[in-house]
Amino acid sequence: MKVRQFSAIAAASVLALGLTACGDSASDGGGDSASGGGGDSSGLKIGIKFDQPGLGLKEGNDYTGLDVDVAKYVAKELGTEEGDIQWVQAPSAQRETLISTGQVDMIFATYSITDKRKATVSFAGPYFIAGQDLLVRADDSSITGPDSLNGKKLCSVTGSTSAENVKKEVPGVQLQEFGTYSECVAALVSGGIDALTTDNTILAGYAAQDQYKGKLKVVGNTFSEERYGVGIKKGDTALCEKINTALTKMVDSGDWQKAVDDNLGPAGFKVDTSKNPPKFDTCP
Amino acid sequence: MGDIFSNYDVLGAFWWTIKLSFFGGLGALVLGTIAAIMRVSPVAVMRFIGSAYVNIFRNTPLTLLMVLSVLGVTYILGVTLADDINQNALRWAMVVLAVYHGAFVCEALRSGVNTVPAGQAEAARAVGLTFGQSMREVILPQAFRGSIAPLGSVLIALIKNTTVAAVIVQAEAAGLMQRIIEFEGGSFLIFAIFALGFVVLTMPLGILFTSMSRRLAVKR
Amino acid sequence: MSTQSVLFDAPGPRARRRHAILTVVGVALLGILLWVVLRKMQSAGQLNPALWEPFLTDRSVWRDYLLKGLWATIKAALISIVLAGAFGLLFGIGRLSQIAPIRWFCGVVVEFFRAVPVLLMMIFAYFGIYTRTDLFSASTAPLAAVVTGLTLYNGSVIAELVRSGVFALPKGQGEAGLSVGLTPSQVLRSVQLPQALTAMLPALIGQFVVILKDSALGYQVTYPELLTWSKTLGSAFSNTVPAYIVAAILFILMNYALTKIATVVQRRLSRRGRAVIATPGQVAETVQQESTMAGEDGVQTDATKTGMR
Repeated sequence: MKVRQFSAIAAASVLALGLTACGDSASDGGGDSASGGGGDSSGLKIGIKFDQPGLGLKEGNDYTGLDVDVAKYVAKELGTEEGDIQWVQAPSAQRETLISTGQVDMIFATYSITDKRKATVSFAGPYFIAGQDLLVRADDSSITGPDSLNGKKLCSVTGSTSAENVKKEVPGVQLQEFGTYSECVAALVSGGIDALTTDNTILAGYAAQDQYKGKLKVVGNTFSEERYGVGIKKGDTALCEKINTALTKMVDSGDWQKAVDDNLGPAGFKVDTSKNPPKFDTCP
Repeated sequence: MGDIFSNYDVLGAFWWTIKLSFFGGLGALVLGTIAAIMRVSPVAVMRFIGSAYVNIFRNTPLTLLMVLSVLGVTYILGVTLADDINQNALRWAMVVLAVYHGAFVCEALRSGVNTVPAGQAEAARAVGLTFGQSMREVILPQAFRGSIAPLGSVLIALIKNTTVAAVIVQAEAAGLMQRIIEFEGGSFLIFAIFALGFVVLTMPLGILFTSMSRRLAVKR
Repeated sequence: MSTQSVLFDAPGPRARRRHAILTVVGVALLGILLWVVLRKMQSAGQLNPALWEPFLTDRSVWRDYLLKGLWATIKAALISIVLAGAFGLLFGIGRLSQIAPIRWFCGVVVEFFRAVPVLLMMIFAYFGIYTRTDLFSASTAPLAAVVTGLTLYNGSVIAELVRSGVFALPKGQGEAGLSVGLTPSQVLRSVQLPQALTAMLPALIGQFVVILKDSALGYQVTYPELLTWSKTLGSAFSNTVPAYIVAAILFILMNYALTKIATVVQRRLSRRGRAVIATPGQVAETVQQESTMAGEDGVQTDATKTGMR
């Protein structure tokens, strides 16, 4: 009796292991990277946001947004067809790790160029200059900028630069921190909080979503400068030069302007033309 | 190492961890006991509510409950526990910890009730005790003693699960660790400090509960 | 129903009236709670059909988000459950060993991993070890980190369950084994462990459910499980709150089914005579009735009683 019981358990374990092993090999091509194409080693692995409307968003099996369009253009210039790109989810906190461990080749994920990040990764670009702004309900005229935030309830993402910035800018602000901006937007639309703060590009992306059209507006009073760069392995000057060449071509050909208009335009978002299209940094 | 302690309030963060654990644990014990009594009570609806409570909260990830407490209950249902946003989130974290672990306390107690011989309950009824009396005087005291070990596990799990509160509020230990990693980079040392903090918090409890479960076990 | 709890008598007329009142009060309270929640959600615009329809009408919701997440969650949990079971059995037996150093070593390991939060272990395994060495390929490292954290923690808890299960047995069991000439390790293997494993089954099932749920912590180490995918889904369809509620329901159904399956397995085992429980009161069942002493574990029958005492 006992033998039978133990062998049953053993059989079950083997079965479970076998099952999971099968699952592993079956999903190797995509796995956690949720790849778009079948290109094994030739494909570029590009890190983007999966949950940022207007910038990097997974919609069914497609990926849309400004980051995605710029990435596709650059990849094409580097000789990789759209179908051969492996899209990898790159959450903010993990961007440096993804690059330094080689899990991605490039990152286009609202990735601001900062001196601290330059210590671990290199940047090409920038390809867009955004600024921190506020998103409020369309019928709310009491919030016009950071100065009018006193006594208001503000929302941002845990540990983000925007959250740290606004704490410095408005010391007494009531700040709710969530894991993702989508949660903030849901609370904002329901009236639980009064404003959401982060880069104006991200805010414009939400304001342009079908469900939120006409319900939300971007205040349009930026109080920081975020220079979106392309994150690459530290010291890879050759790749950096190539990306910058591709970006230059994209701006000159008008494709850059088209990508910006397509992705950020629908919400009536005004691109700051004194800063955009940006001048590139020199590659390290 | 001195830098981390002088630049960040590590002890303050652990103090919040302790406060979350204490009030969460207290709430869980109360809720769990009530639920356990409901689950063995003579009224069918009470049994249903008790087991629905256990099945819903035992089976939902704590992370999800934390997010839904603040996002769903505070901002959509409009139930605030404090005017200050951080205080509100911390109090909700306590409530969620209590509600979530209450389901486990209930199950621990039920397994404790299982260790009480049926003869005890039969004897209690035979001398004319009501359901409430026999629970209070006969079953629960033995059940608590029989379930010391699983209850200890629940409490230790609760202390560690306070880290999940980091998704809604940054006051406690895991939230601070995330912030330190964000600004200082992730190093073994930082992990070591925080892991050690939790070892210090939970290890003595583990030893205490182990010896208590041995000493208090009803000898049969 | 003839099956009636050992905890209370058949209700008389007064008790029945009291129960009826309690029933009405309970139902009313539940109803009011539900009504208030739905009203508030309605006024916050969360019951807008456009937010919920995609779950029924759009195949992409399931194909590209939820099912992907579900499978990743199940995969991580399955591997962890098997490894944690093995870890728990090994170290649980180690803690009961006759040899002091083994006992001591296993004790330290189990106590340490019980003490450190799973989340910290996952983050440490991922950022501290797997991304710095080439133990795992870049694409499996997040999964490996999730499995590592879940295995070490839950394995330790299971080890503890094994040990306390053996301790909870009546002394007479071990003594009887020794007196018929078995060695201590034979007593453990063939007398104590089989009984302890059955006795701890409810707690063990609870632990398996914990593993399945805790795999949700994997989103912290870039593991794309159900919670991560529902978050992404919420962004794509602008329905974050409904997406989370659906994810919660999926988790509840999955874990509830797991619990049910395990209960059925337990019942099968006990029907074959395995679960003749040594501790009186921890009853084998005949009819599944909520109205028994401890709820779901069923009713004590004469047959099991004779085996028990």
